[in-house]
Amino acid sequence: MREAGYIPKDALRPFLESLAKRFALWAPCKDGETITFQPYRDGSDICLDRPANAAPKGVIFPQSEALFTFALRKSPEDPRKVDVALDAQVPAGEAAIIAGRPCDAKGFLILDPVYMDADPYYKSRREKTTIITLACPHPYPGCFCTSVEGGPADTAGSDVLMTELKGGYFLEAVTDKGNAVLADKAVQDGAPHRQEAEKRHKAAYDKVKKAFSGGRGVRISEERFLSDEFWEEVTAKCLSCGACTYLCPTCYCFNITDEKAVDKGERVRSWDSCMFQHFTQETSGHNPRPKKAPRFKQRVGHKFVYYPEKYGELACSGCGRCIRYCPIGMEISKVVARLSDEGDASKKEGT
Amino acid sequence: MNGEEVKKKVAEVLSKVDVVIAYGQGFDAAHGEPCFITKKEELDSLILNPLCEHNLASYLPSQKKKKTGVVVKGCDSRTIVQLLEEGLIERENVVIIGVPCRGVASAKKLSKALGHRQVEALRFEGDLIVAKTSEGEKRISLVDVFPDKCRTCQYPTPLVYDVLVGEPIESDKDPDSVYGDVRELMGKSLEERKAYWEKEIDRCTRCYACRNACPLCVCQDSCIAETRDPHWMSQRSSLSEKMMFHFIHAIHLAGRCTECGECERACPMDIPLGKLKKKINMDMLELFGYKPGVNREDKPPLYTFKVEEERIEEHEL
Repeated sequence: MREAGYIPKDALRPFLESLAKRFALWAPCKDGETITFQPYRDGSDICLDRPANAAPKGVIFPQSEALFTFALRKSPEDPRKVDVALDAQVPAGEAAIIAGRPCDAKGFLILDPVYMDADPYYKSRREKTTIITLACPHPYPGCFCTSVEGGPADTAGSDVLMTELKGGYFLEAVTDKGNAVLADKAVQDGAPHRQEAEKRHKAAYDKVKKAFSGGRGVRISEERFLSDEFWEEVTAKCLSCGACTYLCPTCYCFNITDEKAVDKGERVRSWDSCMFQHFTQETSGHNPRPKKAPRFKQRVGHKFVYYPEKYGELACSGCGRCIRYCPIGMEISKVVARLSDEGDASKKEGT
Repeated sequence: MNGEEVKKKVAEVLSKVDVVIAYGQGFDAAHGEPCFITKKEELDSLILNPLCEHNLASYLPSQKKKKTGVVVKGCDSRTIVQLLEEGLIERENVVIIGVPCRGVASAKKLSKALGHRQVEALRFEGDLIVAKTSEGEKRISLVDVFPDKCRTCQYPTPLVYDVLVGEPIESDKDPDSVYGDVRELMGKSLEERKAYWEKEIDRCTRCYACRNACPLCVCQDSCIAETRDPHWMSQRSSLSEKMMFHFIHAIHLAGRCTECGECERACPMDIPLGKLKKKINMDMLELFGYKPGVNREDKPPLYTFKVEEERIEEHEL
């Protein structure tokens, strides 16, 4: 079994086709002017030029999924007696995600401690999914992975790291699952290409802007973090939409609803967003976060304060999507820089 | 569009209001962003150039009783007129800094033209955008990255303002071109149109950026797409739910949408939502002869009731 492989560019299609036979294969495809992860099929318009608009999070943690179905059944003998039949299916098939980016792969590592032990749906998909990541040749608008312990060729969370070279792709197995991918007959020996790949990794790393220093040890000023004034200023322009959270590889909050027809239905878990007013609406009518300032504070706090306190890592992989696609340019990396001890709270530069 | 002149005007207005909503430099050289100015020291961060794509009038309904200054282009001013027509803002609470505009750059189209690269520096040379990325310097004609609304703009000068930055300009675009894109789509069969919208709307993530960016979408937190009690719409991410949401949005804007394009601009999945709203506006124009946001004295047709509408044929009873 090889630990390094190589696929010439003209052998990429056969490689994907071979993978698609073994896995439900998800690949970034052109969809109008966007790139979205779609099930690979013959003629898929694969696009490796830039990261997909949304992270491939949904492959393992779908935007909505039925946790179980329920049906009310009347007893044939006594129609007044109603019984509820429940049916739950845990997903089973083997899947693979190809050409997510290192920040996307790392996203799953951030979801793992939350869901792995508690959630059979997530666990099953996670264990049966192979992640073949494409290293980034350069940063894209808004990227800041190197500020959060990542990098354009970081292998954390990936089973295979793929690096585009001049004539093909260098593949490096990171896990046993990755070794199994490299055993594919389309894959050639990669050893002669390792040096070129490493050179590219280094060049890409140096191009990513450092938004703040300290990585997981970033020191958030408590005084600034607890200042209502700070958050009100930062969020004046925020539209309170969920674009940031839904494109994010690491946001994992959900809602549960019963989607009912007359006598049957599903209990559905769907993504929810801390940016929404309804997110914290309590049954009593009280809402602890009725305004956008405390909601955005929650988003930043969750990623850079609360999650790290609980799990020892930042809950952000620096993919930059929340900056790149924010309709009004909220810049989380700049907010963290301003919150950090190096930042100057009195200096207002917008965010 | 003159950055220095707008700073001067904003400084004047700032002494009379609680806040001025203007434009600042965004997260990189190729983006502008809304900027809330409350202090004189913040004036230096203001910009006024084709990166000022956003409709800042969107923030006005949520400013409540705050006295607010706002920088608006011609297209954005229609939003203010419509908000006034509908009584959603009070004229005396708003100081309008109007900016005649020859067109802005769509951040999405600009990013595409620059190969989705990080932009290190950007400047304007007449109608050219000169941008520097890691691939070198690229010169792009502003017209080539116009958002759709600029291609057919009828109102380059604000229709309502208290202060004007620069001289008024006339539209040189054919009024018939405004609904050209909609007519082209309507030339297709029903099946083709259905397939078109299904393909586009399937990308929706229900993030509601379109709704929250929309200046006339005033239900916001009470939107029926999200209310939990009553639970009107399922939270599934299926195509039918997404279609339902976008149709609700479009129909709620019938005869209200000023075609500012914010829904489309805000969409992170690049769904051409403006076209959906323009189609309904086109129908409203045909049925009621009404164009939203052009005359403060107008009454939006769905705010009134006539037993017999002149252009709607009654069904035989």
